[in-house]
Amino acid sequence: MKIIKTMAFGVGLVLSAQISQAADSGFTLETVNPEADRVALQNYFKKRFPDAELNDYVNGIYAVDSNSREQWEEIEEFPPYEFAVEEGEVLFNTTFANGKGYADCFENGGIGIRQNFPYWSKEEGTVKTLEMEINECREANGEKVLKWSKGDIAKVSAYMAWTSRDQIIDIKLPENDAGAMAAYLDGKKFFYAKRGQLNLSCANCHVQGANIRIRADLPSPQLGHTSHFPVFRSKWGELGTLHRRYSGCHKDSRSHPLKPQTETFRNLEYFQSYMNNGLAINGPGARK
Amino acid sequence: MRKLKPLLCATGLLAMLSAGSAQAAGQEEMIEMGKAVYLNKSRGNCVSCHQINDPDATQAGNQGPPIVAMKQRFPDKAVLRAQVWDATVNNPITIMPPLGKHWILSEAEIDAVVEYVYQF
Repeated sequence: MKIIKTMAFGVGLVLSAQISQAADSGFTLETVNPEADRVALQNYFKKRFPDAELNDYVNGIYAVDSNSREQWEEIEEFPPYEFAVEEGEVLFNTTFANGKGYADCFENGGIGIRQNFPYWSKEEGTVKTLEMEINECREANGEKVLKWSKGDIAKVSAYMAWTSRDQIIDIKLPENDAGAMAAYLDGKKFFYAKRGQLNLSCANCHVQGANIRIRADLPSPQLGHTSHFPVFRSKWGELGTLHRRYSGCHKDSRSHPLKPQTETFRNLEYFQSYMNNGLAINGPGARK
Repeated sequence: MRKLKPLLCATGLLAMLSAGSAQAAGQEEMIEMGKAVYLNKSRGNCVSCHQINDPDATQAGNQGPPIVAMKQRFPDKAVLRAQVWDATVNNPITIMPPLGKHWILSEAEIDAVVEYVYQF
């Protein structure tokens, strides 16, 4: 563990040295600045893919690779997530045994609010995700909680994303809140630190390796990553949540994957979603 | 004694020849093993990132440099082996997994894959 820590620290140092040239704010609480990071990331991709439109990054690899975009546009003509959204709507509007429903748990009756998730809860001292609050809503109303990765929770979340399409992502980092900043930094570190037997960071594939072939696959740019979740993946043949994707990706580095909704994954979602501020919600999406 | 000498010479020659062909066979086997390591997803999976001029290496990726002019790029084979064993020594944020350091491949598999790519 000590060795891993030292290694991670070393990588962090090298990274901060490299990225600081692009005005990234580094990996310590003293220096970290989410807004500077967001601008640095956008500038990085503007430079890498000068022809891509910033607003198009919510479409992942299809923003930068025209060949796969064509195939994807054909898929989108009959969106594979359509039935799941309809089922999600029914689930969302089905009242609990106590007569209440999801609409009672969320602002604006749960409609058009996806862009505000995840958020930092000062009272609870943790990052709250939409899926987490869906299950908390159920629990508070005497219903059984849903499994995190797929099935009903993904459908309800998909419907809520659907009602929020084109809303601008607006993740807040409360000022002078050390806890929120620490959560952001934890997510950022997770994204850039190498892990697993294959020694891969998320950034290896989704920043420096974006749109470069791994066998026949093209990894997507990190900018825009969270906007289209939950996602219908052809590989899954069904809808899955963001944390299901995180677990799969984590496993691909030959790590022992974390469980959905663990604090680290929620912090990662917080960091990634903050990077997308200013882009539009387009969930649920369809991907390979 | 005089008769013995040519006999000894002949035997010696034969021994050398057969040793030579045994070595060649060993080399061929090693290259074959190296190729399997290069292509197999659960072993080296080198093909996922490095193009190579081998008809069996289909749909190679291009995250890493192509496997060309290896003898010119790595006149010292040991330097190539060290790069396969742990590429992070030269670049800490490289996407290339440290195949030896993290026990992804055995030492014999690394030897074999080095022999295989050194042909290109």
